[in-house]
Amino acid sequence: MTTRSRFSFSLILTLPLVAEMFGLHLPGGVWTMLALTTPVMVIGGWPFFKSAWSALKNRFANMDTLISVGTLTAYFYSLYAAFAVLDVYFEIAALLIVFILLGQWLEEITKGRASSAIEKLVGLQAKAATVIRGGRETQVALDQVKVGDIIVVKPGEKVPVDGEVVEGRSSVDESLVTGESLPVEKKPGDHVIGASINKTGSFRFRATKVGSDTLLAQIIELVRRAQTSRAPIQRLADQISGYFVPIVLVLAVLTFNVWYVLLGAGMVTALLFAVAVVVIACPCALGLATPTALMVGTGRGAKLGILIKSGEVLEAARNIKYAVFDKTGTLTAGRPVVTDVIGDARLVLGTAAALEAASEHSLATAVLAAAKSKNLQPEAVKNFQAVEGKGVVGRIGQDKALIGNPALFADRDVAVGRSDRERIGELQQQGKTVMLVGRKGKLIGLIALQDRPKPTAAEAIAELKRLGVNPVMITGDNEGTARAIARELGIDSVIAGVLPSEKAERVKALQQTGKVAFVGDGINDAPALAQADLGIAMGSGTDVAIESGGIVLVKNNPQDAVRALRLSQKTFGRIKLNLFWAFIYNLAGIPIAAGAFSGLGLVLNPALAGLAMAFSSVSVVVSSLLLARSRI
Amino acid sequence: MDKIIVLTASAGLIGLIIWWFFGQPKSPAVAASGDGREQSVEITVEGGYSPQVVSLRRGVPAKLVFTRKDTSSCLEEVVLPEFGIRQKLPVGQKYEINIQPDKPGRFRYACGMNMFFGTIEVK
Repeated sequence: MTTRSRFSFSLILTLPLVAEMFGLHLPGGVWTMLALTTPVMVIGGWPFFKSAWSALKNRFANMDTLISVGTLTAYFYSLYAAFAVLDVYFEIAALLIVFILLGQWLEEITKGRASSAIEKLVGLQAKAATVIRGGRETQVALDQVKVGDIIVVKPGEKVPVDGEVVEGRSSVDESLVTGESLPVEKKPGDHVIGASINKTGSFRFRATKVGSDTLLAQIIELVRRAQTSRAPIQRLADQISGYFVPIVLVLAVLTFNVWYVLLGAGMVTALLFAVAVVVIACPCALGLATPTALMVGTGRGAKLGILIKSGEVLEAARNIKYAVFDKTGTLTAGRPVVTDVIGDARLVLGTAAALEAASEHSLATAVLAAAKSKNLQPEAVKNFQAVEGKGVVGRIGQDKALIGNPALFADRDVAVGRSDRERIGELQQQGKTVMLVGRKGKLIGLIALQDRPKPTAAEAIAELKRLGVNPVMITGDNEGTARAIARELGIDSVIAGVLPSEKAERVKALQQTGKVAFVGDGINDAPALAQADLGIAMGSGTDVAIESGGIVLVKNNPQDAVRALRLSQKTFGRIKLNLFWAFIYNLAGIPIAAGAFSGLGLVLNPALAGLAMAFSSVSVVVSSLLLARSRI
Repeated sequence: MDKIIVLTASAGLIGLIIWWFFGQPKSPAVAASGDGREQSVEITVEGGYSPQVVSLRRGVPAKLVFTRKDTSSCLEEVVLPEFGIRQKLPVGQKYEINIQPDKPGRFRYACGMNMFFGTIEVK
């Protein structure tokens, strides 16, 4: 029988007993009450008694022990009273069962919601894939897909596994996996993520990761681990939970004695207080406080592409004073783009593109992209020669051409005028890298490049400041370049000229004055991520199996680092609130139930004590669920 | 007179509660069976976990076969924090949980609300 049907059954039989409480006389009196209560005890209460008994045999005690002791005491006392022609309390036994079943039923519903994140993620997986086998499209089950398979995805279908597009174009909705709200355009060479939804076009891709290696599988594994982890803050509750029920039983015995022996109250009054003590105590609220909030918090994070690895991380995220961002790839896009072209743009870019076409430098890629956007085809270059650390020279048609830094121009005796030198200085002041372009022995123009900040970086920094965290930028760039970017983003503290191996040292130095969160890419920054109080690793969007860092961000958005901080703090706050409530509830509830405040007229009927107990655990779960609605 | 009886009986009851729940040592460890490639041990879930302590050999993949006989919601989940497992157990069926005991030590596992405990010893 489900909890719900046990509840309904018990409720129907209990209603006449409640009417009795309010003055209606049932025909048959106490015997009718006995006849109504007994089935409630047997059908509604039996599973509690059975569980309590098997726990007792194993020398354990749980919630069911308390429920059983409370209801059975009320029932058997009333049975005795019925024969002895005394007042009976059948309605207390029956109402207790009804209230506790109601509480359990609500708890089942809400708990299911709290733990649904993993099931939802697992449910995202595609069931089958259309694979090219023997030159033909063949439907296979997901676990049959192998690395290297070519997979066909039609509009509206799910991308079954991770891979790289080989043919076709489309826009793909990745929101359910990565939290990226806008559809992402895909063309040959781009990565696709398993379980994302293909929208408009058809395409083919080569499977690169299958089974437990896919991004979704990694996310599920991380969330699963996080949800089973224990937060250090729950240690006290954990320690108490093993002793809780026996202690409450002892307290109930003591309550009875204080009333009956010390204060000279009647046997029945003393017994009712003792029963109220037993049924008001709620170890479940203590037990549910942390795991439910952790589940909802980490589940919410997974939806946003923020993977919190454990309950410990939540505590680490408190009182963060500095958020240190690695500049390249975290605050900036990680690749330079052409920002200014001085001179005849077509001639300057055309010359530059021709010379750089053969180069593999990251600046060359940027120049070629700029040329392409102006529909310039690089001309052929003869006598190409790369000059280490300075630039490139060559011949375009009949013209000698060169591109590089001022040192290259000095070497080749190409004059750089005063106004040009001033211009170069200005651009460098803005944190840009400047390339000089020359043709026929003359300087024809300048190209400035910069690793531009991500569009959301400035907003992320502003949000961070509003949270009261000091943003710090750390980079291997020189002071000037670093300062220029920092100014643009609103960052006041810059640690520039740092070798990758020194980053952890700098974090350590900063930790002397406050707790540090480090935001980096997880590969080059592993030591710094590990050194920091809280490491936030920015995933590449395809791989989140990052060892270092307590939080992994699926997307490449610096705003997610701020959201991660806020979510951690909110989840931790919720755990604290839940634990506080659960402790206070028991600390205040038990004395009230014991009649400690009866002098003030504050007395609890045992049935109401049971109702309070049922709702204390439901309220903890609901409080955790509210976390899913709070603003992040 | 009846007050003295009540007091004596209560003292006895309190003594009984304390002795029953905290006094006696819990049951001894039961070793997992199997060859050198795999080991398995059956655990019955009824009012707790029995055997309460299971011992596993280090480095050998282990199967914990849980049979939940208890319908109480208290025991519906089993949580092995060190192994990253939180699993709902079906009632009346065997449910296998596979773990890799690589680190030696005593690892406590518990029900979802941390009220019933079992221990895994890895030697």
